[in-house]
Amino acid sequence: MKVGAWRAFVLIVYRELCLSFRRPEHLFQPLVFFLIVTTLFPLGLSLQLSQLRDIAPGVLWVAALLSSLLSLDSLFKSDADDGTLEQLALSGQGLTLIVVAKTCAHWLLTGLALVVVSPIVAIALGIPTAAFATMMMSLALGTLTLSWLGAIGAGLTIGLRRGNVLLSLIVLPLATPLLIFGAAATERAISGTSAVGALYFLAALCVFTSTLAPFAATAALRITLE
Amino acid sequence: MNIAPDGLEFEKVHVWRGDRHVLQGVSAHVRPRELLHISGPNGTGKTTLLRVLSGLLRPEQGSVRWLGQSIMTFRTEYQASLAYASHEPALKGDLTALENLHFAVGLKRRITAEELHAALVRTGVGVCADLPARVLSAGQRRRVALARVLAMSATVWLLDEPYTNLDASGADLVSGLLQAHVQGGGLALVVAHHELRLPCSIRRLELNS
Repeated sequence: MKVGAWRAFVLIVYRELCLSFRRPEHLFQPLVFFLIVTTLFPLGLSLQLSQLRDIAPGVLWVAALLSSLLSLDSLFKSDADDGTLEQLALSGQGLTLIVVAKTCAHWLLTGLALVVVSPIVAIALGIPTAAFATMMMSLALGTLTLSWLGAIGAGLTIGLRRGNVLLSLIVLPLATPLLIFGAAATERAISGTSAVGALYFLAALCVFTSTLAPFAATAALRITLE
Repeated sequence: MNIAPDGLEFEKVHVWRGDRHVLQGVSAHVRPRELLHISGPNGTGKTTLLRVLSGLLRPEQGSVRWLGQSIMTFRTEYQASLAYASHEPALKGDLTALENLHFAVGLKRRITAEELHAALVRTGVGVCADLPARVLSAGQRRRVALARVLAMSATVWLLDEPYTNLDASGADLVSGLLQAHVQGGGLALVVAHHELRLPCSIRRLELNS
């Protein structure tokens, strides 16, 4: 009996979660990186709380982008290395579905995890608790967008030996709008003004990438699978 | 007399890898209940041919047709009826043999754990079902990969050197599986370096540089 798309999607997401929980260190490394980088700033700059609040959005977002990049490399590469990507591609499910499922699982494991730990960082940076909801919302939208952008980059750089540097060079320039609107949303939330405009822009970027990036990433994977 | 197109047919397939003309106009027609034995020296494009036939690689020239229709026009559906075993076992070291099968075969068809276990038992690795693939020997991994092909219950088998790493009983197992598959109405394309002695219809395709 043929397997439906939804069932296949769930199976692939479950597979990714299984694989990732067997190697918890890969799960925690980007999060610990995120925590360490953001706490280094207050230590290194010895600022007043008000000054710290001024740089907090920028620090938070740069650290979030960099730590998300750390795990992007493994999105398709480990499957490509051991041949399981070929098996997935030949599963009769369509490569786009596989790309979407793998990217969603990747976001759950990296982006969502980052959103969950972000309050700890926010406290360290002196962000008021009233701004947490907006900050977490903006991070959730931003990391999801970044996962989609990263899927394209990861698909293109599978075959390269030191692909992770090139991956950063491809993805980071594309991620600048995220940084701008994400930091703006957080900044406005801290100062107590409405962050709705910036959040709308982030949501628009998220919708834009999640509708188009799967096809671009599929095309990239097709090239590297040949 | 008009004969309905059947089987897997490829015609004048050309593939270049950079400057190298790897496949130079390879043609064959494999019908159900037939086995195509692909042989030839190393580096003559045997694996490349299997990748073309699986739809992973698009040939620069030539056509591949399944049931008379170009596979590129209905690639996903074609691939659903296909079981491909590359020269590497393609198993996740962190997952158990059974989980590996579950995630690979589960995308092709609905299958129960019992069926998967039965496939592992059939290929002689039933005792390894709950061991992570990373602790298995090369031969055992190959057997798990064979169990995956078996459990997919696909019509077309594309096997890339299925005899590597296997002991004498493993080689007999592969031959037995191939024979049962072909006699059951399937078709198989097998890359192998030695003679295949099976009581079924075998065509040969020798690739040369």
